[in-house]
Amino acid sequence: MTQISQSPAPRAARSNTGRFIGLATLTTVVALLPLALPNAFYVDVAIRIAILAVNGIALNLLMGYTGQISLGHAGFFGLGAYGSAVLTAHFGWSPLWALLAAAAMTAVIAWGVARVILRLRGHYLAMATLGLGIIISIVLSNETAWTGGPDGMAVDSFSLFGVPLSGERRWYWVFGGLLIGTVILAQNLIDSPAGRALQALHGSETAASVAGIDVGRRKVGVFVLSATVAAVMGSLSAHYAGYINPGIAGFLQSVELVIIVVLGGMASIYGSIFGAVVMGLLPQLLAGYEGWDSVLFGLIMVVTMIVLPRGVVPSLTARLRSTRFGTKGNAPC
Amino acid sequence: MRLFNTMMGIACALGLGALAATALAADPVKVGSVLSLTGGASSLGDPELKTLEMMVEQTNKAGGLLGRPVALVHYDDGSEPGKANVLVKRLIEDDKVDMLIGGTTTGASMAMYPLIERAQIPFISLAGALVIVEPVKHWMFKAAHHDRMVGQRVMLDMKAKGYKTIAMLSDTSGFGQSARKEMQNVAQKVGITIAVDETFNPKDTDVTAQLAKIKNTPNVQALFVVTFGQGAVVVTKNVAQLGIDLPHYQTSGVATREYIRLSGPAAEGVRLPAPVLMVAAELPDSDPQKQLSIDYVEEYEARYKTDVSSFGAYARDAWFIWTNAVKQAKSFDKVKIREFIENTAGLPGTSGIINMTPQDHLGLDVSGLKIVTIKNGNFVIAN
Repeated sequence: MTQISQSPAPRAARSNTGRFIGLATLTTVVALLPLALPNAFYVDVAIRIAILAVNGIALNLLMGYTGQISLGHAGFFGLGAYGSAVLTAHFGWSPLWALLAAAAMTAVIAWGVARVILRLRGHYLAMATLGLGIIISIVLSNETAWTGGPDGMAVDSFSLFGVPLSGERRWYWVFGGLLIGTVILAQNLIDSPAGRALQALHGSETAASVAGIDVGRRKVGVFVLSATVAAVMGSLSAHYAGYINPGIAGFLQSVELVIIVVLGGMASIYGSIFGAVVMGLLPQLLAGYEGWDSVLFGLIMVVTMIVLPRGVVPSLTARLRSTRFGTKGNAPC
Repeated sequence: MRLFNTMMGIACALGLGALAATALAADPVKVGSVLSLTGGASSLGDPELKTLEMMVEQTNKAGGLLGRPVALVHYDDGSEPGKANVLVKRLIEDDKVDMLIGGTTTGASMAMYPLIERAQIPFISLAGALVIVEPVKHWMFKAAHHDRMVGQRVMLDMKAKGYKTIAMLSDTSGFGQSARKEMQNVAQKVGITIAVDETFNPKDTDVTAQLAKIKNTPNVQALFVVTFGQGAVVVTKNVAQLGIDLPHYQTSGVATREYIRLSGPAAEGVRLPAPVLMVAAELPDSDPQKQLSIDYVEEYEARYKTDVSSFGAYARDAWFIWTNAVKQAKSFDKVKIREFIENTAGLPGTSGIINMTPQDHLGLDVSGLKIVTIKNGNFVIAN
């Protein structure tokens, strides 16, 4: 892409520069943030935001770009977390193999389920994924012998080739690195032929299939990808927190992920990161307003969605662009 | 002029020094607490917080602890154990607390513990399940009777009454399921058969389906309901609606006046094991638990104009276990305080006489639980 002279090129060049600036900014923030964090609690909040952001981006690939809703995504997160926890605790597997096995298992389950439920659309798809998430969380709380039931279970710390990974600061670099990696992968996917196929079937499945896109396969593919990313994050965060309970796979967690995607902006990678920052920080900031925190939280959500209906990042980018160029532009990020 | 400046300088320095000194002396001891103030367990968390706030005020009025004032830092986990895990990190790392009391639910306490163990801070949990103290966890203690004891107390009473075949109805919460498992074990040991073993969701607004099954099972001699809060009220009302006249047992999870008020006449005759707190006035004067229980009830009810519950009383006991240990240790050294808590001996509390050992981080026996029954809208000791 160094020889740019044809007419479509400027757009590509612009989006490439935009991508680079975005990525450079994100990397700088991730690299410098620890200097500004006074103690382990703040590092912990940053880590939890990174986990939410990666999950948000993965879900956004499915919801924002492909237009398939999932209200059961925390279920996959839970499968990864419990897969790792059970394999390490009951079978003595090493954490790395447990993580890979849990991810593979989740991928297989997601693949099997996706082939059936992705035939559904709209509300029906929402209902099916909702049911799936609830089933997973019920299984996790009822299989007491394996999962410890509603009281949850402790998870050993993660070790790689015999070196234990402990302490918030070390984990911070793991999750920070994963976040940057996920952003790079997601951006490349979206700009690849496969990604364009996903966006095409979001616009119209019929038109997409007329254009030669295997709609069913693409949808299943992105669903499995998204579920697997959630499972890997589940495994890692289980090792990080040292404790899991079925609540992590619950309906509310799934809704939280959906909020991240919708609030930050559908089909916007940085929107998902923004959504994760809001969802990670707001409860901590509001923790002092006991009893009012839920009210304030809801109020902020409602006002944001009324004022910025397309999500914060896309709406603001569009507004910025229209003031700068005097026209209504579309946000590419 | 020069002299004046020097004088001013000295005065300022002295003033600052004095300020620093008072600041040091007044540096409060911080007690951190994660409680369930909203969500399903809020009826438990609310009296716990009220009690802790009352205790802080009382302690400070009496001159603090070892000359230092006491401060409470608390957060609400919304009855979600996962949130408790985040919040306890905040208490440890950001608020830098010296002591932890709380964890309204078993899930929350267990979610908090790995971080507490790493930070090495003494922790007294207010939750119910046995798993908190068995196996013994170095830094975690417990103020409330656990579910096995509650089960033992109830089963022994059933056995004394000659009931051999019973029906059990437990909720699907952490407490309900953990208790259900314990009850099954205890029943087997004392020779009671659980003929029907039904479960329900604590958020259900109707459990007549399960109760009808129990009603239609022949030979059942008693009903044992294992739940707390809202669920217990629903079950109690449904039992009355279906006209089930089996002896009705509940757990200490309903030892609140709120339960009686919400259930109305349906609660009459319900039997349950309760901490002596609820029936303190009936105790003989020689009982060391009597006066302190009455004092706590009177102070609490005068201050908050609301009924006392056994959950708040657990927080009261936890507070005294801690302050007692601090006074004996004569320091705020966490390792020392932990040791003194572990060796608490003969300390009377609202739940019983507390005798902890390195093998027993609860220190209570079943004698602190009295079988009470509800009569004319009041708890009375059952015969």
